[in-house]
Amino acid sequence: MENFTPVSALIGGALIGLGTLLLLVGLGRIAGISGITSTLLFQKEDKLWRLAFVLGLVAGPLLTALFYQDFSYSTPELSPFTLAAGLLVGLGTAWGSGCTSGHGVCGIGRFSPRSLAATLVFMLFGVLAASLLF
Amino acid sequence: MKLLIAFLAGLLMSVGMAISKMIDPQKVLAFLDLSGDWDPSLALVMAGALAVYSVGYRLFIHKPAPLFDKQFYLPTARYIDKPLLIGAAVFGLGWGMVGYCPGPAISALSSGSSGTLGFVLAMIAGWFIARKIKLPFTQA
Repeated sequence: MENFTPVSALIGGALIGLGTLLLLVGLGRIAGISGITSTLLFQKEDKLWRLAFVLGLVAGPLLTALFYQDFSYSTPELSPFTLAAGLLVGLGTAWGSGCTSGHGVCGIGRFSPRSLAATLVFMLFGVLAASLLF
Repeated sequence: MKLLIAFLAGLLMSVGMAISKMIDPQKVLAFLDLSGDWDPSLALVMAGALAVYSVGYRLFIHKPAPLFDKQFYLPTARYIDKPLLIGAAVFGLGWGMVGYCPGPAISALSSGSSGTLGFVLAMIAGWFIARKIKLPFTQA
């Protein structure tokens, strides 16, 4: 556990919680990133706030880099494996009506049994895939 | 004002993912991969987010409306059905293969990484396909 970073994890997590809460308090919306982004792309209604939200997501690392000089993070190689994973994440979050933010934070935060079930299942399968592959 | 709130919400979540390193797929895989040198950080990211959201939700949800809209838009589905569980399983597999869920992948687009862009485009293709091909199951 030498890479364990409890302080930055808790601070970052609290900021994620604040962002999701802001969307609820301000707009009355669930801050589910897969739902908001796919609705922005594939449905006509209420595009503007969804676009603003996604732009905020993209801007986050740029803002962070202004405050942390040694801010860097890895990215995956472009490969059929990476594309297959992206496809599965797209299919799964659409069929399952949510991802880590919508189910894992907002749903569990609202004590939704549906979201708790979904989160346990995607955690389990995420652990299975990562533990067997790497 | 709605647009500013939405932008700030996305920005806060993204800065949170950046500071906690959830934006880094290696960090996420170090949590999901129990076989190696396990890093429990991601559990604390979830705990921190849940602590803030669950308390804030309970304090605020009794209000008649959010600050800048006429109503709340909350999910109404209640059933734990097969599409939910199968979808979550498929999502989990993809998440554990690369270490990206939708938020970190979209946030990391500003890195200019071709792998990140490819992942996001494939994810969008998945969303599109799933809208055309519904899982052939009714509510359990």
